[in-house]
Amino acid sequence: MKDFDAKGIPHTTPRQSATFTQDANSDIRRAAATGIYDIRGGGAKRKVPSFDDLLFLGASISRYPLEGYREKCGTDVKLGTRFAQNPIELDIPITIAGMSFGALSGPAKEALGRGANAAGTSTTTGDGGMTPEERGHSSKLVYQYLPSRYGMNPDDLRKADAIEIVVGQGAKPGGGGMLLGQKISDRVAEMRNLPKGIDQRSSCRHPDWTGPDDLEIKILELREITGWKVPIYVKVAGARPYFDTTLAVKAGADVVVLDGMQGGTAATQDVFIEHVGQPTLACIRPAVRALQDLGMHREVQLVVSGGIRSGADVAKAMALGADAVAIGTAALIALGDNDPKWEAEYNELGTTAGAYDDWHEGMDPAGITTQDPELMKRFDPIEGGRRLKNYLKVLTLEAQTIARACGKNHMHNLEPEDLVALTMEAAAMAQVPLAGTDWYPGKPNTSY
Amino acid sequence: MQTFDLEAQGLRALNSTLHAQAENTNQTTWEIINPKGSHAIAVGLDAPIEVNVKGSTGYYCAGMNKQATVHVHGSAGPGTAENMMSGTVIVEGDASQYAGATGHGGTLIIKGNASSRCGISMKGIDIIVHGNIGHMSAFMAQSGNIVVCGDAGDALGDSCYEARFFVRGTVKSLGADCVEKEMRPEHIAILEELLERGGCDAKASEFKRYGSARNLYNFDVDNAAAY
Ligand SMILES: Cc1cc2nc3c(=O)[nH]c(=O)nc-3n(C[C@H](O)[C@H](O)[C@H](O)COP(=O)(O)O)c2cc1C
Repeated sequence: MKDFDAKGIPHTTPRQSATFTQDANSDIRRAAATGIYDIRGGGAKRKVPSFDDLLFLGASISRYPLEGYREKCGTDVKLGTRFAQNPIELDIPITIAGMSFGALSGPAKEALGRGANAAGTSTTTGDGGMTPEERGHSSKLVYQYLPSRYGMNPDDLRKADAIEIVVGQGAKPGGGGMLLGQKISDRVAEMRNLPKGIDQRSSCRHPDWTGPDDLEIKILELREITGWKVPIYVKVAGARPYFDTTLAVKAGADVVVLDGMQGGTAATQDVFIEHVGQPTLACIRPAVRALQDLGMHREVQLVVSGGIRSGADVAKAMALGADAVAIGTAALIALGDNDPKWEAEYNELGTTAGAYDDWHEGMDPAGITTQDPELMKRFDPIEGGRRLKNYLKVLTLEAQTIARACGKNHMHNLEPEDLVALTMEAAAMAQVPLAGTDWYPGKPNTSY
Repeated sequence: MQTFDLEAQGLRALNSTLHAQAENTNQTTWEIINPKGSHAIAVGLDAPIEVNVKGSTGYYCAGMNKQATVHVHGSAGPGTAENMMSGTVIVEGDASQYAGATGHGGTLIIKGNASSRCGISMKGIDIIVHGNIGHMSAFMAQSGNIVVCGDAGDALGDSCYEARFFVRGTVKSLGADCVEKEMRPEHIAILEELLERGGCDAKASEFKRYGSARNLYNFDVDNAAAY
């Protein structure tokens, strides 16, 4: 690059725009070349206030810790104690979130079941229905009741250990799903009663109810069909967590599942994933406040998901008031998704390990988010299950380590008082003090 | 015949009694009195029994039905026979919104009119309506048949897949990607059987057939306005 022009006047340093970034420009070029929005999997990739902006205080003179290897720190949780005859009893407060068969291969679903079983927790079906692999390998299986009702039938409903009515997903509050034709194998097509090879849209709204009053009757119907035996969860996206939690509880939910904007999806418009919904961190306190206002905190359990990676994240979500968490993306990574060992193939697909998110195209080198029989062979469900079990164990041990350091003999005893925030934003969202102060934005009765 | 007083005995007792009827039960005929618009009447049945509801029902009557025949001697609220798998549901009066929604199989016969979104997301059920059907009926209908002896409202069959719609009267408007299709002999045969099953006094030759133009099956940027 030349420093001076022909007249000897110095060039200014070439300056990239903070608005028209390389990323933004590549989006514009892609749009101009194709005429269609970008669809991808995964959750919001932008940086948002998150659990990373919180820290635990640990013990001190006024709070004494528990001994790491000797003193018990309970991790069990019961979900669905409000109305169900048979609540779900889990050994650990970490569940596997709903991911559809269709988005994931049969062996990947099997691995999720094996891993969850070995760790003493539940798995969840997804759009597309219940597969025998999944039912067979999951001792506790939550059956999703989705707007598309693909594969929905009363026999599977009665085989479920809990039912989850999906109102929304954090990645796309108000959005439906899309499974592109290339992933519609004979088996996927048959389960969904649709022709092979066509794009399958999943509707964004339930076909036979609208609004909270209808939801109450829908829950009644599902309970009547299943004899009031199993818990009914309602899954909402992190959009209006105070009101959605309130309405779900009023409609009769046993459990509220709250999924923030970092939550993954199998496939949605990128613009949706990045621009609709609230960060997980911002959703928890309003949901807990809704439960408290109704006198239902711990009566109706709150399961939080969206961006949970480590035992620290689990402990933070629980300290803010969640009864349990759910993981999607992290479970896939534990199985081998986005593993650097496939880097050469990711490069062929125009991406790199860690950034691969075209799950909807069905060409996953790791053989997890695909229906291609050859790619599927790369994935061993027994090994995958073992890896998931290990990962769940580590999450639990990490969360227990933190809870003990805070002097808690059960994960559920973690509380907001154990936390501080590193940023003003996180302090405001989590309603815990900014580190080094006793204040957070919006704190009642403060005079500043 | 067994008589069940819903008002006196309650919904839970009703459904658990009906669920207890096995394949080979000898209590094959049931009469439900005093339904008074209650919701979730006779839901999740799975035995070849006949249930006569003496009056009108609320939401989701006969939801997810298998094998049973549920006969409503009155009008039916929203979501009647939703997600039905097999069996027969007959409504003597009118049916509210989403009748037969997501139904996988069986036959739903509505002697009066059906409201909006009849057969929404249907997946194999046959719906036979003696009167008219409301707007947005058969939205995203996947498979199965709807027969309408009267007229259809706005946006019939919007974004439908392989389901067939036979309408005798007028169609106010067709939804995206839904078109009129040729009535070939095989369609006449299907319709004749449906008319007979539904007890309709109409001739197959009086109907027109509608279904998917299949233009929205795979994304095409030139159709973007329709998405
Ligand atoms: C591949 C994939 C498929 C998914 N499919 C469904 C689904 O069918 N139904 C649903 O409610 N959520 C679905 N989700 C969302 C998850 O249930 C969950 O809300 C989300 O993954 C949690 O966030 P996390 O991925 O950051 O852990 C899916 C997520 C992924 C990654």
